[in-house]
Amino acid sequence: MIIRTPLTLASVHPDIGLRVALARTPADVVEQVTRSGIRGRGGAGFPTGLKWRLASEAPAPDGRRHVVCNADEGEPGTFKDRALLSVVPDLVVEGMTIAAWAIGATSGVVYLRGEYVYLRDELESCLARRRAAGLLGNDILGTPGFCFDIHIRLGSGAYVCGEETALLESLEGRRGEPRNRFPYPVVRGLYQAPTIVNNVETLAWVPAVLARGADWFLGIGTPGSSGPKLLSVSGDVARPGVYEFPFGVTVRAVLEASGGEDARAVVVGGASGVCVPASDFSRGISYEDLCTGGAIIVLGPHRDLLDVAENFLEFFVDESCGQCTPCRLGNPVLLEGVRSLKRGECGPERLGELRRLGHTMKDASKCGLGQSSPNFFLSLVDRFGPEISDRVPV
Amino acid sequence: MTPLPDTLAAEDADLVSAVDALVARHGSARGELLPLLQDLLADRGEISDLAVQVVADRLGIAPTEVQGVVTFYKFLGTGPRGRHMIRLCHTLSCVMAGARDVATTLETELAIPVGATTPDGAVTLEWANCIGMCATPPALLADAEAFGDLTPERVREIVAAVRAADVPG
Repeated sequence: MIIRTPLTLASVHPDIGLRVALARTPADVVEQVTRSGIRGRGGAGFPTGLKWRLASEAPAPDGRRHVVCNADEGEPGTFKDRALLSVVPDLVVEGMTIAAWAIGATSGVVYLRGEYVYLRDELESCLARRRAAGLLGNDILGTPGFCFDIHIRLGSGAYVCGEETALLESLEGRRGEPRNRFPYPVVRGLYQAPTIVNNVETLAWVPAVLARGADWFLGIGTPGSSGPKLLSVSGDVARPGVYEFPFGVTVRAVLEASGGEDARAVVVGGASGVCVPASDFSRGISYEDLCTGGAIIVLGPHRDLLDVAENFLEFFVDESCGQCTPCRLGNPVLLEGVRSLKRGECGPERLGELRRLGHTMKDASKCGLGQSSPNFFLSLVDRFGPEISDRVPV
Repeated sequence: MTPLPDTLAAEDADLVSAVDALVARHGSARGELLPLLQDLLADRGEISDLAVQVVADRLGIAPTEVQGVVTFYKFLGTGPRGRHMIRLCHTLSCVMAGARDVATTLETELAIPVGATTPDGAVTLEWANCIGMCATPPALLADAEAFGDLTPERVREIVAAVRAADVPG
């Protein structure tokens, strides 16, 4: 595992956050997490404190609530969760335990992608160590009635299961087809019980937020995107790997750190992200500007951006679950469109149709997969006009 | 729902007892279907049509439900496959680093195209979507292990190691 910058999380002392949490009421813990401004680090950016509050307030008729750790890290170009699960698994589990205290959950699941099966044994050892130390199980750290345990479930090769409702379907033994919302999982999630699904990195930061305080976290990053963020940097760079930066870091600063200064463009957000031209390298990575779960793929001067679009659309055609029409039928049409552009056979009228199709998919697809799969193509059409128009026959 | 036949051939009885052992370990709740199928595939090397029937019977659900799950997930799937799986990533960072050349080396070493199984049933070669090894591309999964920074020489070593570990069934 290539980690290129010192990780703040590596210096967080284990289990202080949990002790701080257990000395407070669950509502106070939710309040602290809310005040820190921490938002979902899988990419969607939902405020974590709000998610927890909604789950804690939702009625749970049989008393069950669940904490799910989304370790189905499948976005192309993303590998920072693999790093965290390898380097600081205890913090991830501690974050889940704090979440359980905050929302009143008794059971937790780590949904680990099948591609990461080699991490399972270490994670199981981590859970076993924590049970033996009284950090999981009954009356955790001597807190009467606080009972919470975690088990690990493996995915089986399906990108869409990183979508939280598809993940829940998979946990229930079904095809990973996303559910309708409403209701949201915080109200009816795993087996209809209130459930929070949080990304590995989000959970890993929670103990630090409790141990160091919300103000510490708020003091890093931008007003709308607090805290540090791990980025997975790959592609045409001298030093690919995991980097930690405060939110708001510019694309240019990331390129300088990783040795990709000659990039012609950068993919921010993986296959579901956008293509950022060099003229925009002063933009920042944050929820209010370039929003990403952390995938940064650098494209050098010699890269053909249509090759990139083709690779991503092949990915989406393969990974679409097929449940809804815009995604199932739209992605193959966009893929053929990109191929016809490459062949110089896509006229201006057809290009306009493809653009409208992309926007329809964003509006009408059922889940984030189909809503974001046209992003890269649309960003090419919108931001790389001359490059595209050179290949459109008049 | 199609009932299981009353009489099963000897090798089928073996399958039934394998499924029953897994049901004893995991329980028969629908939510255990994925772990059960994952273990069944690991134990038996394939999820046959009859296995789908038996699992459905033991979990009290329709065979189509089980079939739907088996065919949804890329790491499951019906029909025979190799005793070992080599999955080469063909997503962007790996392709930019030469995954297609790695594929050629693998195809030469194994004497099969991507998507096929060696005639001796030892190895199935497949494409994979991003396996999270983008910092050390090109990369592949050989069974449960990930390998990055692939070169032709490294690929030949990996194939040799997989073949050396193979126990013909």
